[in-house]
Amino acid sequence: MTHVVVDPISRIEGHLRIEAEVEGGAVKQAWSSSTMFRGVELILEGRDPRDAWAFTQRICGVCTTVHAIASIRAVEHAIGATPPPNARILRNLIIAAQNVHDHVIHFYHLQALDWVDVVSALSGDPAKTARLAQSISDWPLSSAAYFSGVRARVKAFVERGQLGIFANAYWGHPAYRLPPEANLMALAHYLEALDWQRRFVKIHAVLGGKNPHLQSFLVGGMATPVDPDAQASLNMGTIAQLRQLVAEGVDFVSRVYVPDVLAIAPFYKDWFSIGPGVTNYLSYGDFPLDDSADPVLYLPAGVIHDNDLSRIAPVDQGKIDEYVTHSWYDYTMGDDKGLNPYHGQTNPHYTGPKPPFKRLNVEEKYSWLKSPRYDGAPMQVGPLARMLVAYGTGRPSRARQLIDSALKQLGAQPAALFSTLGRIAARALEAQVLVESMGMWVDALAEQMARRDFRIQDTSRWDPGTWPRECFGAGFHEAPRGALGHWVHIRDGRIAKYQCVVPSTWNAGPRDARGQPGPYEASLEGTPVAKPEQPLEILRTVHSFDPCMACGVHVVDASRRELARVRAS
Amino acid sequence: MAQTRLMQDLERQGISRRDFLAFCASMATLLGLPKAAAGAIAKAIETDKRPILVWLEFQDCAGNTESFLRSGHPTVAELLLDTLSLNYHETLMVAAGDQAESALEDTVAKHKGEYVAIVEGAIPGDIDSGFCTIGGRSALDIAREVCGSAAATVAVGTCATFGGLPAAHPNPTRALSVADAVPGVKNLINMSACPANAENIAALIVYYLTIKRWPPLDQYRRPLFAYGESIHDGCERRAHFDSGQFVEAWGDEAHRHGYCLYQMGCKGPATSQNCPNVQWNGHTNWPIGCGHPCIGCAEPNFWDVMTPFYQRLPDVEGIDSSKWLDPVGLGLTGVVAAGAVAHGVGEVMRYRRGHRPPPDDGTRTSGKPREPDASDHEENPK
Ligand code: SF4
Ligand code: SF4
Repeated sequence: MTHVVVDPISRIEGHLRIEAEVEGGAVKQAWSSSTMFRGVELILEGRDPRDAWAFTQRICGVCTTVHAIASIRAVEHAIGATPPPNARILRNLIIAAQNVHDHVIHFYHLQALDWVDVVSALSGDPAKTARLAQSISDWPLSSAAYFSGVRARVKAFVERGQLGIFANAYWGHPAYRLPPEANLMALAHYLEALDWQRRFVKIHAVLGGKNPHLQSFLVGGMATPVDPDAQASLNMGTIAQLRQLVAEGVDFVSRVYVPDVLAIAPFYKDWFSIGPGVTNYLSYGDFPLDDSADPVLYLPAGVIHDNDLSRIAPVDQGKIDEYVTHSWYDYTMGDDKGLNPYHGQTNPHYTGPKPPFKRLNVEEKYSWLKSPRYDGAPMQVGPLARMLVAYGTGRPSRARQLIDSALKQLGAQPAALFSTLGRIAARALEAQVLVESMGMWVDALAEQMARRDFRIQDTSRWDPGTWPRECFGAGFHEAPRGALGHWVHIRDGRIAKYQCVVPSTWNAGPRDARGQPGPYEASLEGTPVAKPEQPLEILRTVHSFDPCMACGVHVVDASRRELARVRAS
Repeated sequence: MAQTRLMQDLERQGISRRDFLAFCASMATLLGLPKAAAGAIAKAIETDKRPILVWLEFQDCAGNTESFLRSGHPTVAELLLDTLSLNYHETLMVAAGDQAESALEDTVAKHKGEYVAIVEGAIPGDIDSGFCTIGGRSALDIAREVCGSAAATVAVGTCATFGGLPAAHPNPTRALSVADAVPGVKNLINMSACPANAENIAALIVYYLTIKRWPPLDQYRRPLFAYGESIHDGCERRAHFDSGQFVEAWGDEAHRHGYCLYQMGCKGPATSQNCPNVQWNGHTNWPIGCGHPCIGCAEPNFWDVMTPFYQRLPDVEGIDSSKWLDPVGLGLTGVVAAGAVAHGVGEVMRYRRGHRPPPDDGTRTSGKPREPDASDHEENPK
């Protein structure tokens, strides 16, 4: 038995540590620990609820829109504000752009180098690489001369001897299986994606002023004026610009990203059965298509139990509880109980080893993440959960179409999706579904302009004097990494209590009171490890979730006295 | 030889030598250098000797990392990545765990006094608190070692420069800025804002490569080329401010026509940064350009002194409003009023920040919470 510690897990947002017992060439048990804490909810107490989105937005700079969206939805729910159609459309565009952008960066810049060997790419033959590239896509950058340029560039970089971010990696590891030409093609696309993401993100600059941390959110709507006849508003010029940017997005996702995933997957088919882990999936659904109180969602909500896609249950928020049995918090009524976020409490209390340390005590508390459970069960959230719910419900039909054709091309059954590679494939296909849907919302915005509906915000609820003295609200959102919820309690126009239950808490949380492992931990069980000192396979499975740790850690309802005690201990 | 390869790369990506020189000229302008400096900049970028950088992330959100990836001059920014040797960066580096940590250790040991440390995120002030550990080591420990042996340290983002979000009241983790966490750190440059603008980070690197020294700084150790003027002075809506034309409701006619956002809470008069000029994401837009007020994200303690964000400046909590002239109420001309506004905030901030005492004597200032008021107690029954 070998005890493996990977800390830091790199190429993710935030600070994550994995400890694992490896036996007989595979992971027997694993523990996921988040090692950073800020206390954002505590900082929110006593503040103006209209400011909350900007604070929570800074929970994560990678998914830089998601906590803003969940926050304004929660506050709107509490105070009874109704965003007008323009705001709904603008938000849908911003959310879709965030998902697509994030998925591409995740695949190329955070995940790909677990599967693509940069050193092997240097021996790729440019002519063969060109043939490979042309066989999978009609993307124009595919000539032998182009790939030979990329190879020369990377070779020169390597020969200069300063490997920078590529140093000390696991190049040559036996788990790398792509031929040199596929490695070279993927490396070229790594560099292209760096350029592409900078252009595509301009959608966020147009609609949000800047990225990261867009600044156009408002409780009750959006701050971006809409008027076809005004220079300082979103106007017909903006519509043309958005159409262009969306078209470039569709182009890259459907001609580079998705074909790359489908070309790389056949070399790693065993990974369609590695890393299944937790068999339950949760999606809150998102992208409201109308302005009613209970709108139709473009990506539907649903709960899946035991991998059964034929029975998709509706989501009941009352069934969500959080446990702290293995988390560095205390519950006043005992750490074996679960608490619904509306009644949540979190008293941070670090009982881990004194730094510097070598090992965590995983029998006791070992993470800053709590363990959320749905009806007592752990849940996977994220693109795979959303695509499975879409597949099971048949909505949107485009999702089902894309999944079926990908499975056919790979000669795989739907059950192959419950895996490390399944999570990666679902993310790519979701990117295509969403980037294709963006045109529909650009058109809707243009129609609004034609109709001369310029409302962007519910001005009737802006003044806190119009709010109830005390109110509660919850806001839900599907972030790139999965189901996100914010809960807010407002009293006398100020935040009395705030809580977030976020995707990475669902996926990366530790064991609960019953000892059930969280999704990262469960999916690592059985993951092969050829060389424990180079745990490349562990990275593959963990990265397939797209970890985002700063999101996961938060604190609710801790009194100042309790914090003082933490400091003293 | 280096030049040939560089130009090949650029040409392959549709960038001509002319475009490249134009970029260098725009960098020169941004940095306030004579036009003739463009040649020197081009030469510096093309050189084969790449300075070593290590990028540390602590209590952060990776927003500055993402920002860094978004430079508005894509290929040239990519070139800047090639121009540097980024030896450690948790979000971008391929190696993980021990291999990642040894890359950092090697750099610190072999290049002591030569490398530049970039820090993103605040640092919990207590070594044993467990609020931020990497590889089992506390952030404070790592920061002191790595920044302590660096040729220079660049704090990017308001968390690293001033404590930022984690240090906002009541600062649950006793989060510190780099200046407070590593007292006496050598050659500290603060690139505040939430996040710092990619163009300014790139400009700082070019400055260093070209002139071989660090730029002149303001009282908060921020480069004057990026933080030398207020948002208000460069704002495209300034004429509306001066003529008293204000937005009064979201989406009203004034809002649609780009009137001044002062009444909606704009903190531009109290904030220094070059957003109006360089803008964001390849000069595409900026917050005021999209209709939302400035929230003052480049200033010390902005989460406490600039909030509530939608209250107009003289009423911002934590500021003695008796010091303030009300430019609207008194009908003053904008020029006079803005001067007073900027001055007033400067006063408050100097008072709040003071000089920098060592971090654990209880008088630390950069993350100093706002004073709790009566309502804070009412709302926390426990
Ligand atoms: S300053 Fe802002 S962008 Fe930078 S780490 Fe802090 S919260 Fe994130
Ligand atoms: S108050 Fe704000 S919007 Fe108005 S001119 Fe100044 S910076 Fe611009």
